[in-house]
Amino acid sequence: MSELLQQIINGISLGSIYALIAIGYTMVYGVLRFINFAHGDVFMIGGFVGYYAAPHIMPLVGGSVILAGPIVLLLAMTVCSILGVTIEKLAYKPLRFRPKLTILITAIGISLFLEFGGQLLFGPDPKSFPTLIPSTTLIDSQNLILTTTPVIVIGTAIILIVLLRFIVQNTKMGTAMRAVSFNQQAASLMGININTVISFTFVLGSSLAAAGGILYGTLYPSINPLMGIFPGLKAFISAVLGGIGNIPGAALGGLIIGMTETFVTGYLSPTYRDAIAFGILILILLFKPSGILGRYEAEKV
Amino acid sequence: MKTYSSKLYLFVAILTSLLVSFFQDEINPYYFQIIIYIGINIILATSLNLINGFAGQFSLGHAGFMSLGAYTASLVSSTLHASSGNPVDILILPLALLLGGAVAALAGLLVGIPTLRLKGDYLAITTLGFGEIIRVVIQNLNFLGGARGFTGIPKLANFFWVFSVVSIVVFAISNLINSTYGKGFLAVRDDEIAAQAMGINTTKYKVIAFITGAFFAGIAGGLYAHFISYINPQQFSFIKSIEIVVMVIIGGMGSTVGVIIAAIVLTILPEALRGIAEYRMVIYSLMLVVIMISRPQGLFGKSFRLKELVAKFRRPPMSA
Repeated sequence: MSELLQQIINGISLGSIYALIAIGYTMVYGVLRFINFAHGDVFMIGGFVGYYAAPHIMPLVGGSVILAGPIVLLLAMTVCSILGVTIEKLAYKPLRFRPKLTILITAIGISLFLEFGGQLLFGPDPKSFPTLIPSTTLIDSQNLILTTTPVIVIGTAIILIVLLRFIVQNTKMGTAMRAVSFNQQAASLMGININTVISFTFVLGSSLAAAGGILYGTLYPSINPLMGIFPGLKAFISAVLGGIGNIPGAALGGLIIGMTETFVTGYLSPTYRDAIAFGILILILLFKPSGILGRYEAEKV
Repeated sequence: MKTYSSKLYLFVAILTSLLVSFFQDEINPYYFQIIIYIGINIILATSLNLINGFAGQFSLGHAGFMSLGAYTASLVSSTLHASSGNPVDILILPLALLLGGAVAALAGLLVGIPTLRLKGDYLAITTLGFGEIIRVVIQNLNFLGGARGFTGIPKLANFFWVFSVVSIVVFAISNLINSTYGKGFLAVRDDEIAAQAMGINTTKYKVIAFITGAFFAGIAGGLYAHFISYINPQQFSFIKSIEIVVMVIIGGMGSTVGVIIAAIVLTILPEALRGIAEYRMVIYSLMLVVIMISRPQGLFGKSFRLKELVAKFRRPPMSA
C-alpha cells in the first residue's frame, strides 16, 4: 500500500513534467498543424539555462530559496521563449505553405542542431543540476517518505497549467489563438494577425517546456544535451494520447504516460521504461487515433 | 527494350564486381573498407529513398531494420559456418542475407500496418521509437551478445557480394518505380486524397514500399555484419538512421541517381574531414534545414518547378 502511494507520487511528478511539454506540442499542432520536433530540445535548453544561471542567481538573492527558484524559472522561460520564436521565424515561417514533409524534415534538422550543437557548447558529459530547493522531508512515517521536491514540482506544474488555461480561455490573445486553431483562413479574414498569434503560441509552448526542463532537473538532478529526446517523444505521445490539439487532453495524457512509466519501472522492469510509451502510441493509433479527448476531424479537400 | 537493356546493365555490373573481387587484395585495405561502406550506404540510401522519396512516407527507423538484418544474418551464418563443410560455404551468405532481410521485412510489416494508415508525422515518431526499442531489446538479449556485441561473425562479404547486391537493389528499385506499383507510390506521395479518390488502396502501397525498403535495409545490415565481423547495438542507434536520411534528402528525395551520388560523397567526406569529426552532426543538421528552405528537391534532385508553379495558383492549404 505504502509503496503504491510512493509510486503514485512519483508518477504524478513525472507526469506533470510530461504534461508541461505535451501542452507545447499540442498548441503548436493546433495552430500550425505540424509536430514541432525541436520542442523536446527546447526543454533541454531550459534545463541548461537553469544549470548555468543558478550559481549566479543564488548569491544575488542572498541564497534565499523562495526568490532563487522562481527567478531561475522565469529566466529559463524567457530564454526559451526567445529561442522558440527565433526557430519559428528562421526555420518554420519560410516553409509555411510548403508540403508537410518539408516542415517535418526542417523540424528534425533543428532538433538535431540543438542536440549536437548543445554537445559542442555544453560538452557531452552529464552535469549535476544545482539544488534550487533543498529537499526537506515533510512526512516520514515507516511506510511513506514525502519530501518537498515532488510537492514543488507538482505545485509549479499546476500553477503554470492553470495560468495557461486562463490565458487561452480569458484573454484576447487566447481567443485569437483558439480562432486560428479553429480555422486559420477565416481568422485572418476577421483581422487576426496570424503571425503574432503563431509567435505567441511558440512563446507559451517554449516557456512551458523550459519550466519542464527546470522541474526535470530538480527531480532527476543530472542533465545532458541529449536529455530532451526521450521526454520529448514521450510528451508527444502524451499529446497524441490525450487528443492532439487539445490542451486538457495533453495534460491528461502526460499524467497517464508518467504514471504508466513509473509503474512499469517500479513493478515490472526498468529496461522497458522507454519502450512502454511507444507501445501505448501504437495501441492509440490502432484503436482511437483521435485520442481520449480529441474529436475526429475529417480532412477537407 | 527498356527491360532488356536494364537487365544487360545488371548482368554487366555483377560480372564487373566478380572480376574486381579477384583483385580485391591488391587494393589498399583502408580504401577498400571505404569502398565497401559506400556500397552498403548505397543500398541503405536507395532503399530508404523508396520509402521516403517515392512513397512519401517519412521513416526514421532505417537503422533498426538494418540491425535486425545484421543480427539475424550473423546468427544464421555463425550457426551454419561452424557445422558445415567447404562446398556449402558459398550458399551461407546469400541464405543469411535473405533471412536477415525477411526478418526486417516482417518487422516492417508489423510497424507499418498500424502507423501507415495515419499521417507521416506519426510514422516518423513511431519508426524512431521502433529503432530505439530494437536497440534496447538487443542490448538485453544475452544470446546476441547484449551490449558487448556479437563477435566472431564469419568474414564472408567481399567486393563481389556487396556490389552484386548494390546492382540488384538499384535494378529492383528502378524497375519497381517504373511498374504499376511505382505509379501507385508516386500517386500516394503527390496527393494521397486524390489517389484514394481514384481507387488506389493507399495503405497497401505504403506498406509495400515500407516492407521492400525494410527488406533491403536488412540485407545491407547483413552485409555490414559479414564485412566487419563484429556488431554491437550502438552501431545502429538513431544517429545511423539520421545519416541515411541525410543522404536521401541531400541526394534528392525520389532521385535514385542523386541518392547514390549523395551516398558516395557522404561516405567519403567524413573520412576526408576527420579533423572536424565532432562537427559532423551539427553540419548535417544545418544542411537539412538549409536544403529544406532553399532547395527542397535536394542537391541532385530534379526540380519540381512545374509543380511549384501549379501550387502558386492554388489557394494556400486551409487548416481543417
